[in-house]
Amino acid sequence: MNFLDYAPAPESAAILNLRDEYGLFINGEFVPGNGESFTTISPATEKHIATVSCANEQDVDTAVVAARRAYEKTWSRMSGADRGKYLFRIARLVQERARELAVAESLDNGKPIKESRDVDIPLVAAWFFYYAGWADKLEYAGMGPNPRSLGVAAQVIPWNFPLLMLAWKIAPALAAGNTVVLKPAETTPLTALLFAEILQQADLPAGVVNIVTGAGSTGSALVNHADVNKVAFTGSTAVGRQIARSTAGTSKKLTLELGGKGANIVFDDAPIDQAVEGIVNGIFFNQGQVCCAGSRLLVQESIHDDVVERLKARLSTLRVGDPLDKNTDVGAINSASQLGRMRELSDIGEQEGSERWSPACNLPSEGFWFPPTIFTNVSTSHRIARDEIFGPVLSVLTFRTPAEAIAKANNTPYGLSAGIWTDKGSRILAVADKLRAGVVWANTFNKFDPASPFGGYKESGYGREGGKQGMHAYLAPTASKGVNR
Amino acid sequence: MSRLAVPKTYKLYVGGKFIRSESGRVYEVATTKGSFSVSSVNAAKASRKDARDAVVAARAAVSGWSGTTGYNRGQVLYRIAEILDGRRAQFAEEIAAFEGVSVSTATAQVDEAIDLWVWYAGWADKYVQVAGNGNAVSGPFFNLSVPEPTGVVAVIAPQGAGVPGSLLGFVRAVAPVLVSGNTAVVIPSERAPLAALSLGEVFATSDVPAGVVNILSGSPAEIAPWLAAHADVNALDLLGAGELEWVDLQIAAADTLKRVLPPEQGPDAGAPSLDRITFFTETKTVWHTKGLL
Repeated sequence: MNFLDYAPAPESAAILNLRDEYGLFINGEFVPGNGESFTTISPATEKHIATVSCANEQDVDTAVVAARRAYEKTWSRMSGADRGKYLFRIARLVQERARELAVAESLDNGKPIKESRDVDIPLVAAWFFYYAGWADKLEYAGMGPNPRSLGVAAQVIPWNFPLLMLAWKIAPALAAGNTVVLKPAETTPLTALLFAEILQQADLPAGVVNIVTGAGSTGSALVNHADVNKVAFTGSTAVGRQIARSTAGTSKKLTLELGGKGANIVFDDAPIDQAVEGIVNGIFFNQGQVCCAGSRLLVQESIHDDVVERLKARLSTLRVGDPLDKNTDVGAINSASQLGRMRELSDIGEQEGSERWSPACNLPSEGFWFPPTIFTNVSTSHRIARDEIFGPVLSVLTFRTPAEAIAKANNTPYGLSAGIWTDKGSRILAVADKLRAGVVWANTFNKFDPASPFGGYKESGYGREGGKQGMHAYLAPTASKGVNR
Repeated sequence: MSRLAVPKTYKLYVGGKFIRSESGRVYEVATTKGSFSVSSVNAAKASRKDARDAVVAARAAVSGWSGTTGYNRGQVLYRIAEILDGRRAQFAEEIAAFEGVSVSTATAQVDEAIDLWVWYAGWADKYVQVAGNGNAVSGPFFNLSVPEPTGVVAVIAPQGAGVPGSLLGFVRAVAPVLVSGNTAVVIPSERAPLAALSLGEVFATSDVPAGVVNILSGSPAEIAPWLAAHADVNALDLLGAGELEWVDLQIAAADTLKRVLPPEQGPDAGAPSLDRITFFTETKTVWHTKGLL
């Protein structure tokens, strides 16, 4: 141990008061599911956390029926002001139980506690607080007078930001007057179930929010249920395509937040040290398991060597390890299958001729771990420059002119995010105009806010979450002719 | 003895050129009423390759058209109205003869189409203000959301003759697509394609850049599947696809996650709305860092 080493500072899991088994949350109560129960584990230790019920088709139907009843009898008839008050209550309860939720999130997902504590959970509260205020102001959402809710929303969310994705889905849906059946990811159901307890504490009317845990078949049963009016999905582009196919020809309104292969463009006049921090944040935040990650670094040729050298120096200071330790920068990979994909694509990167580098780090023997990794000498045709790796793996490419940077950045079927690093304001504006991406960060990266719309171009999906545009996803104009966004 | 008329050859409009189908195919379109110069004409019948060529032309035109200012696009769209206004009689005659309506009904349709170009022209420099917004985020950032054109849009224009009619139906479908800077590949009414094909001449003389609108007369059932599945098409407007196997088209479009508008029926099909403009846009949100003073 030298003077730079930190002593372990783990957050205690004793704050959690977990049950051994969790049922499905339907109509305000936990009920056993009819599918085969599964366990959720800590990806950092592979230790069992809790046993969770699995919803089969029949359970999903029960949940949709409960949501429909709550919609018809309660929620759609309630004043916007009262709907808002429930959402404000939820926001406050999340703030009050923030520490507990952060620990549960890091335990179940493997993300560092400093992220769940300082990013995920505060944003969850912010999301409910923001949309709470919309509930009685719908006529200002830009959909004309008296926009109406859609009905029952089927929502399927991923495992990378479990509670935050839940908030992105549930808050605007309820504010608009819809009721919800939500399926959390199979590997990260824990915080959604704690959230169900929060809903009980908030006295939210039964059936307004239902949470059905399970795997892909549960999600499929949910989005294909005949009595849902809205489908919102965040996850892989492959599953997004399936949902777009299966909802074709129906009146279900669809929003899809899918994959990405974000370009982070660094010009030669950028503040390099800040850019290096931004690059690190762009691809190693949440172990790179972020759909809008800056997984392709496009660096101007003249500063390539300097940037890579400083990047390597910075990576050598990252602490990889126990997600519950307050000093951890990079936590565990969420699951064995994700780890397998990272390993496979990284091996392909080497085989295709890219140069692989990782800092020396001692990875724990238990659990799922992948070291922060940089590939240099990457060409646009390499799979690590084209496929979404969804891990802490950065592909470094170079460019000479702004036009080349733009062409390379847009050379992907995805279009979710991009970053621009330069000290020249006019260049930021010109480049941002040309990038085919739904979110562009200039001299920053991976910033999120409930007031800021988020979502993709092209095969990164459609619809927006966040802001006024996020309300449009859950509303229809009163004089319903045709389709609205 | 009366003068012998010189009838027009009705050709496809692709990449700013009036071309025959590469397949060499035509189909006969007969008058149903009125005093047209001839009793029937042969319209070009587009093929799969014509459709692909049209997508190439439309893609090539995206950067120029979407790069113009809203003011400029508005003036070009307004000029379409001006030129069309000068050719009211020709369009009324074509519509009356091939849709089987009176000249006054046909004229009313032409007038409504002209006025609709004017209405949409006025949106070109305003839809960004109405659909975009500044976002007050919690941090030192200037954050702005703006709608941008999605790219190439494939359109199946209303097919039925009658209300809203072949010209008005075409304009209702195409004008909102163009407002934001998208380019279009359009399949007009199969039974009454002539007004749309003649409108190509209006585009060609209204400063609409080549490739911005491409018109493929022929069988929508035959061509639409290729457009729905084409990887370089960003969005699909099924407005006039109600009588086709449109669910299959939507399923084909899912492979490349195209934005899809479903069919509409009746006289209000494709009624003017801001939503028809914004549906074919993408919201881009840019976070600008504020520095320390």
